[in-house]
Amino acid sequence: MGKDLIQKSLKDSLFTGIIALALFGPIVGLRTVAKNEVLVVEPKWFVVLLIVIFCAVGRFFINIYSYKKEKRRGEPSSFGKAISNFLDEKGAQIAIAAIAFSIIFPFMPFADRYWMDIAIMMMTYIMLGWGLNIVIGLAGLLDLGYVAFYAVGAYSYALFAIHFGWSFWICLPIAGLFAGMFGILLGFPVLRLRGDYLAIVTLAFGEMIRILLLNWYELTKGPDGLTGIPRPSFFGLPFKRYPDEGVETFHTFFGLEYDPMQRIVFLYYLILVLALITNAFTIKIRRLPVGRAWEALREDEIACKSLGVNPRNTKLTAFAIGAMFGGFAGSFFATRQAFISPESFTFIESAIIVAIVVLGGMGSQTGVVLSTIFLIGLIEVFRDFESYRMVAFGGAMVLIMIFRPRGILAKRKPTITMGKHG
Amino acid sequence: MEYFLQQLINGVTLGSVYGLIAIGYTMVYGIIGMINFAHGDIFMVGAFVALISFILFALTGISLPIVLILVLLIAMVFTACYGWTVEKLAYKPLRKSFRLAPLISALGMSIVLQNYVQAAQGARIKTLQPVIQGGFNFFKESDFVVTLSYLQIFIVLVTIVLMAVFTLLITRTALGRAQRACEQDRTMTALMGINVDRTISMTFIIGSSLASVAGVMFVMYYGVIDFYIGFLAGIKAFTAAVLGGIGSIPGAMLGGLLIGLIETFWSGYISIEYKDIAAFTTLVIVLIFFPTGFLGKPDIEKV
Repeated sequence: MGKDLIQKSLKDSLFTGIIALALFGPIVGLRTVAKNEVLVVEPKWFVVLLIVIFCAVGRFFINIYSYKKEKRRGEPSSFGKAISNFLDEKGAQIAIAAIAFSIIFPFMPFADRYWMDIAIMMMTYIMLGWGLNIVIGLAGLLDLGYVAFYAVGAYSYALFAIHFGWSFWICLPIAGLFAGMFGILLGFPVLRLRGDYLAIVTLAFGEMIRILLLNWYELTKGPDGLTGIPRPSFFGLPFKRYPDEGVETFHTFFGLEYDPMQRIVFLYYLILVLALITNAFTIKIRRLPVGRAWEALREDEIACKSLGVNPRNTKLTAFAIGAMFGGFAGSFFATRQAFISPESFTFIESAIIVAIVVLGGMGSQTGVVLSTIFLIGLIEVFRDFESYRMVAFGGAMVLIMIFRPRGILAKRKPTITMGKHG
Repeated sequence: MEYFLQQLINGVTLGSVYGLIAIGYTMVYGIIGMINFAHGDIFMVGAFVALISFILFALTGISLPIVLILVLLIAMVFTACYGWTVEKLAYKPLRKSFRLAPLISALGMSIVLQNYVQAAQGARIKTLQPVIQGGFNFFKESDFVVTLSYLQIFIVLVTIVLMAVFTLLITRTALGRAQRACEQDRTMTALMGINVDRTISMTFIIGSSLASVAGVMFVMYYGVIDFYIGFLAGIKAFTAAVLGGIGSIPGAMLGGLLIGLIETFWSGYISIEYKDIAAFTTLVIVLIFFPTGFLGKPDIEKV
């Protein structure tokens, strides 16, 4: 038996090696480089050899391992289950601890500029994830063009702030409103489509908005982007070292030394509050009739129709509310960067946000936080390997779908149950 | 009139390329009901394999017709390996998973392929010297000379030949019968003693080889490629597949032709900056008002 297994595995790994050679031979082994304006081929056979050996040997051990595992199959991997059980029991305490940690985070000794920037970026993605979770997780609509609403929010904030000089707190709701309106406008015709068609149509909308931003030069300055977007102020007190004549700034008002970190810390709290509002909103609306209708619609559309739920209007509210939160996040992005261009709103951003929601376990708010830390952390760790990090990212998406298709926190708890034993 | 004729020629050429990619979408959709989002990137890999082999063959000095045949064969074989592997790694384990899982997995695979090619071949655009030059000129005495290049004739001819071979394959061979059976009922087909897994693998292999031929044509026609071409071409070809009626193979070719024509006429008469918007708008309009396409079967909802 054992001999047979080894023989089979060897044959299989030889086959794997041949396939690997075919895959990586031309693309990796023959790198095209431009020399004097003419492309020439630069062989890299050593790398190919390493990859092929790695694939073949890896395949051999996987075969042996999976044979041994065959004997004790039946119990699903318990890692995610353990996490979700733990979170179920201690959920409330952990949430409070996490919020407390994120509040004191800027005062930690290690929280320098680099860490604060990462924290702000993660918070932005968490907020986007929570916003998209309403659309994907609760209503079950796969939206591959979420970045469009992020872009609409960012551009409407920037345009209002630049041309009318309105402050952040006026522009923020306007940007959200604009994005929400776009959500209704785009959602209205397409929401009766089937899941996969809806995904492709939203992708097309996302790209259309980006192309529009790229080419409508009079309004958006095209690829040059919008510069000089006003920074937010602390209830009217700007964060500036040398303010204009007669204007009181944040540091003079509170009698502090000027420190550029003050603005960063303020931005951090701003996005934290915005994100927590999104979260609180979602938790509340899940219990309202409309929230319950979303989840029912996700599970069985035909049953919902026969019970008198209007699928289009219900989906539209989810789409619009998700878009609105995307718009809020977009205006935060615009004010943080002070510069936006269509480059920031490519399809890959949508893919990242979708991956965050799906990996976290659709519909799970805690899952979004965990997967943001994992995925954005992954991208950050691989920062020095520019294109490999996206390979790792895409690979992670595939692996998650294969091994945990329902995400890290796969357990779905009904929001409302009938009675204690229901 | 001359201008119109020129756009027509260009549109038909472009449509052939899209049609060949669209067949891959439509076949995979027909047999396992998923949108193979990575198919556009398979096309891109095909274009890269073609580029590399063209450069290598340029050094050997073999005569042009043999080079063309060799490049087509090489691209088909190597790209088919990619299609086969992608199916085995990313889609096969998900056949019984929930409905959107394969789509998300395909999305991940598309990101992997794009960035892998970028890492291996560099992010710069790659330029290929024209392989086939010259052509026929018409209306030489008018202001606008219409050109029908040899390359365009080559592209359309190869497409027609491939389509004929492919149609024979589907309608006359055992493999084609197995494929059509799998489309109708996979469980029942398995009970009839047909290896469903192998049939699905073959579908991916055929679809990828056709996409790779499109890649060869693309690199010859435009002469410029980069790792990102698969995204747009993929979306346009998918639009073509839906327009023709997804699941229908003649539909895919018809849809490809229409999309090629729409795109060239749009950029010829309306606006070249917004030429991609034309494809996206067509996609949105078709999906909303016309989801079964020209030759597709209506989608019946069952309880």
